[in-house]
Amino acid sequence: MTAQTLPPSRRLVFRHPLVVRATHWINVVALTILLMSGLQIFNAHPALDLGDRSFDHTILSMGATSDEQTRGYVEAFGRRFDTTGVLGLSNVQGEPTARGFPAWVTLPAVQDLATGRRWHFLFAWIFVVNGLVYLLYGIMSGKLARLIPTGADLAHIGSAIREHLLLRFPKGEEATRYNVLQKLTYLVVVLGLLPLQILAGLAMSPGMDAWANWLPEAFGGRQSARTVHFVIAMLLVLFVFVHVGMVVLSGPLNNLRGMITGWFAITPARAEER
Amino acid sequence: MDRRRFLTGALALGGAAALSGCDQIAGTNAGRAALQAGEDASTFVQRLLLTPQKMAREFAESEISAHFKPNGSTDPQDAEYKKLLADNFASYRLKVGGLVQQPFEISVDEIRALTARTQITRHDCVEGWSAIGKWKGPQLSELLQRAQLKPQARYVVFHCFDNMDEGGLTADEDASRYYESLDLVDAYHPQTIVAYEMNGTPLEVAHGAPLRLRVERQLGYKNPKYLKFIEVVESFADIGSGRGGYWPDNGYDWYAGI
Repeated sequence: MTAQTLPPSRRLVFRHPLVVRATHWINVVALTILLMSGLQIFNAHPALDLGDRSFDHTILSMGATSDEQTRGYVEAFGRRFDTTGVLGLSNVQGEPTARGFPAWVTLPAVQDLATGRRWHFLFAWIFVVNGLVYLLYGIMSGKLARLIPTGADLAHIGSAIREHLLLRFPKGEEATRYNVLQKLTYLVVVLGLLPLQILAGLAMSPGMDAWANWLPEAFGGRQSARTVHFVIAMLLVLFVFVHVGMVVLSGPLNNLRGMITGWFAITPARAEER
Repeated sequence: MDRRRFLTGALALGGAAALSGCDQIAGTNAGRAALQAGEDASTFVQRLLLTPQKMAREFAESEISAHFKPNGSTDPQDAEYKKLLADNFASYRLKVGGLVQQPFEISVDEIRALTARTQITRHDCVEGWSAIGKWKGPQLSELLQRAQLKPQARYVVFHCFDNMDEGGLTADEDASRYYESLDLVDAYHPQTIVAYEMNGTPLEVAHGAPLRLRVERQLGYKNPKYLKFIEVVESFADIGSGRGGYWPDNGYDWYAGI
C-alpha cells in the first residue's frame, strides 16, 4: 500500500479541512472523557428514573445482593439479570466491590464522585466550545449543508443500505462525497443527539432549571432528563462502534490518513478505469 | 508508509496515555488548575444567568415524594445536640452573629412566629437523585435584616451540629463538622428559607431538626441541617479547609448550581 504500488488511476483528494480534522480529534478525547466520567457520576446513583422524582418510576437499577454469595445484578423493566463481574458487582484492585459500572470504564477508576464531576464539567466545556467551532465553520463554509441528503440521495437509500450490508463501499466519483447513509447518520448525531445531550445534561442542573423552568419539563422532568442523557450516551457509544467498524472495513489506513492529513485516496469505479 | 505508521502509532499511544494517565493528571498542580478552571467557568456563567429574580420551580401538593430520602447525617451524636433533642429543643437557640450590628439568639418558637414562606420544591442530590418536599420557614433575609449586616459582609456561613465522622476516625472533631456558606445573592434569595417544617410536620431528626436551610437553586449539600450558628463573614478562608463548606473542602464545587 505504498505510493509506488498505487494503481496509476488511483488519486488522492483533499477531503477534510484542518478545522474538521482538529475538531474531530478533540471530540474523540472529549467524548471519551465525558463518557468515562459520566459513568463515574452514574455510579453515585446507579439507577434510571422517569419524571421529576427518583424512586417512584425506576426503569433500571444496578446493585449487589447482600446474601453470602454476593452477586451483581441489573434490574430493568421489572426483570433481573445476573451481571456479576461487570455491572452491579466488580473487582476494584482485586476486591469484589458493589458498584454500577466497573472500574475500567470509569474516570477516576475508584469511586470518587467529586473528581468525576470535575472531569465531566471541564470536558463538557471543551466539547461545547469545540462543537461551536465546528458548527460555525460548517455553516460559514457551506460544508454543513452538504450533510443534508438530496432528493436523489433519498431515492437511492435502498440500494445504499444493500451495498453497505454487502460491504461494497462507493468508489470513484461517488466516493468523493458522503453517501446518503453517512449524511443521515452524521446529521442525526451532529444536529440531533449531541445538542440534545447538552440540553439533557443542563436540565439536571438545579441552577439552569431555575433559569429556565421549562428545561427539565421539556424532557418530562429532571429524572427523565437524566435517563435521556444516559440513553443518548449509549447511542453515541453505538455510533462510535459502527463508525469505527466502517472505518476498518472500508480501508482503515486510508480513512485515518484522511482524518489526519486531510488526503483521501479514491479507488476508481470500473467505468472510470482506463 | 513510515509517516503513516508513525501517525497511527502516535495516536494510539496518545489515546492510551490519555486514558491511563487521567488520575495522574488530576493529581498534578496543572491538572488541578485545569479542573478548577472548568468549575470557575461554570460558576461564572451561572452567576450571570441566575439573577436574584430567577426562581426554582415550585410543585403541586400531589407531586410530593412519598419517601424523601434522608442523606448525609441522619442522627447526630453531638452531646449538646442530644441534650437539646431530649427536651424537644425547648432550650435551643439559633445564634446569628459575625459581621453584624445586632447579633441575636432566637428560639424555635420565635422562628415559628415570624412570617413564613411555604414552598414545594425539588431537592437535587449531587449523587443524581431527586425528591420533592414541602418546606416552611422564614426567609433567611428576614433574620439577616434583623441582624443588620456590616458593610464588609460578603458571605453567610452555616455552622451545624452534625459531624460527618461520627465514628471518631479523626482526632480533630471540628475538621469533620458540617458547615456550608452562601454569598449574599443566594442568602437574600426569596426561596432561601430557614425551615422548621417539612410536609406539614416539624422537621424530623433525619431531615435536620430543629432547623435546616433550604437553598433551592443549588444541590442538596448546600442545604445544611441541624443549624447551630449563622455567621456573617467577609471571607471563609479561615473556616474548615477554606473552601466554604464540608463538601467543598472534600473536592465538590462551592457553587453547586450544577
